[in-house]
Amino acid sequence: MQLDQILQYTLSGLSTGAIYALIGIGFSIIYNATGIINFAQGEFVMLGGLFTLTGLQLLHLPLWASVPFSITATTVIGILFERLAIRPLRQPTPLNLVIITIGCSILIRGLAMLFWGKDTHAIQSFSGDNPIAIGGATILPQHIWILVVTLIIIAINKFYFYHTISGKAMRACSYNRRAAGLVGIDVRRMVLFSFIISSAMGAVAGIIVAPLTMTAYDVGVMLGLKGFCAAIIGGMSSGISTVIGGLILGVLESLGAGLISSGYKDAIAFIILLLILFIRPQGLFGKADSERV
Amino acid sequence: MAKPIRNGFESMKKDFFLFIGFSIIIMMAPRFFAGGYLMNVLVFVGINTMLAIALNLLLGYAGQISLGHAGFYGLGAYLSGVMTTTLNMNPWLAMPLAALIVGCLAFMIGLPILKLKGHYLAMATLGLGIIMYIVFNETIEWTGGPSGLSGIPSLEIGDIVFDSDVKNYYLIWSAALAVMLFSLNLANSRVGRGLRAVHDSEIAAQVLGVNARLLKVEIFALSAVISSLAGSLYAHTMTFISPTSFGFNFSIELLTMVVIGGLGSIYGSFLGAALLTLLPEILRGANDYDIIIYGALLILMVMFLPGGLVRGIPTLYRKIVKVKSEANHA
Repeated sequence: MQLDQILQYTLSGLSTGAIYALIGIGFSIIYNATGIINFAQGEFVMLGGLFTLTGLQLLHLPLWASVPFSITATTVIGILFERLAIRPLRQPTPLNLVIITIGCSILIRGLAMLFWGKDTHAIQSFSGDNPIAIGGATILPQHIWILVVTLIIIAINKFYFYHTISGKAMRACSYNRRAAGLVGIDVRRMVLFSFIISSAMGAVAGIIVAPLTMTAYDVGVMLGLKGFCAAIIGGMSSGISTVIGGLILGVLESLGAGLISSGYKDAIAFIILLLILFIRPQGLFGKADSERV
Repeated sequence: MAKPIRNGFESMKKDFFLFIGFSIIIMMAPRFFAGGYLMNVLVFVGINTMLAIALNLLLGYAGQISLGHAGFYGLGAYLSGVMTTTLNMNPWLAMPLAALIVGCLAFMIGLPILKLKGHYLAMATLGLGIIMYIVFNETIEWTGGPSGLSGIPSLEIGDIVFDSDVKNYYLIWSAALAVMLFSLNLANSRVGRGLRAVHDSEIAAQVLGVNARLLKVEIFALSAVISSLAGSLYAHTMTFISPTSFGFNFSIELLTMVVIGGLGSIYGSFLGAALLTLLPEILRGANDYDIIIYGALLILMVMFLPGGLVRGIPTLYRKIVKVKSEANHA
């Protein structure tokens, strides 16, 4: 009985962990290209879910069309965000960037509340709600969707960053923006690209998680912070270590909620976040790096 | 961003008269507004002024961000609340005790947390604030959880019980003015100069003999102590507290106050606190949509008036005058 429970918690933890990983990679991509921690990352996730809702209910699109609609709409918001708030900033000190991304995040949240109201909305599962038994545990088809979509996104990501010119240029920016500029890379365009990719990824995360957890204008805060936590565990890499970070976080959270106390579920993520920042700010797997301390 | 260093006798005298004038206006205010609902709002302006000044000491002077100050504010309120209700302690004893506990806690957390910089510090303090918020919600046997803690006694001096808006106004504003005077002095002292040096360049400050690391932790603890006192006063004047007053959104509201008023300006913090406290009253019909305005204000201020209202308005004024005089010449 006890073992079955642990298996159950682990399985559901893995799927929420996959979501955290996707959001965390979104954080890392922008951070690596620009040095900005985008406090509005969670809002992209929220927008992904709610634009899908609009596609389904208001525009009466089928699910397969609502999803690209939602990703496109969220990406447009991401582009506007970069163009209107980040690029015109005259003094891009870390403090100003923190304040401006927080400002954008609450502005987006407020506007979302205006458009979609304060209610929590349900979105249909992608392929039914019949539970699938695995060992002594059961999972929903949506869990499988989440894991598969996450894997696909990570594979595309890997391909983009290592096998395309613009992906390589973006990596060059993350090593050294000045040097990247000197060899002819348009750094500002790479910054825009990083916002496009990470808003699209945020939207995907929001879309695939919405059928499980429901969605509302304020889901972005917690999801964003947990995603950031995943990225910190993974040392702000846009690769596999953030994925592992997300999965660790998801499983620990799920086990903690199930076995210790569900009220403190959210606290677990933040305690991990603080411990990692205090003890290993370079992430669990990274080499020492003095940047963050 | 940092103010030029002023320690001449003349400017100190000017500061002193400015403060006296400000205090007189504040203390006269109830003569004009007494009795109305506005009095209650002005009590909140006082509490928020203390909180904004506390955050400003950290953010504006030392250049260290905190997105978890609502947590310290709440901790002060709950410690005072629990000690006076469950443990039947005298409020005047509970308040400094709460501040002491919060100060020690902030000092201990400050040691590792202030090693972090910029975005990382922001996220870490944010996490800290949320952990405290969760604790307020979950330790139901002490705090009453989400439904709140009621029956907190009002403060008393002799026969005077602080239970009406006007009395509370004088109580809160005496404390707020004390915090203001203390902070103005601190800003113009050796410590204040050290803080501004840390703000501009930590390495340069250390080379000049400022113990930057310790100074940052000390100012963090001091800032938490002021927030805790404001929290205790809030608990005793409202006699009821619940976790929603101390959540992440309130930390953001405090940040907005400091940024709007002007980083590194004590009077700016008052201005920011007054504006953001009165704004929801003006926007009654907008109920929860005021966060749209907070967001827009934060963005616009950072983009167009990075010095806040206190420095921005004079600059703007000079610009307009200049444009006008140029137009006249042409």
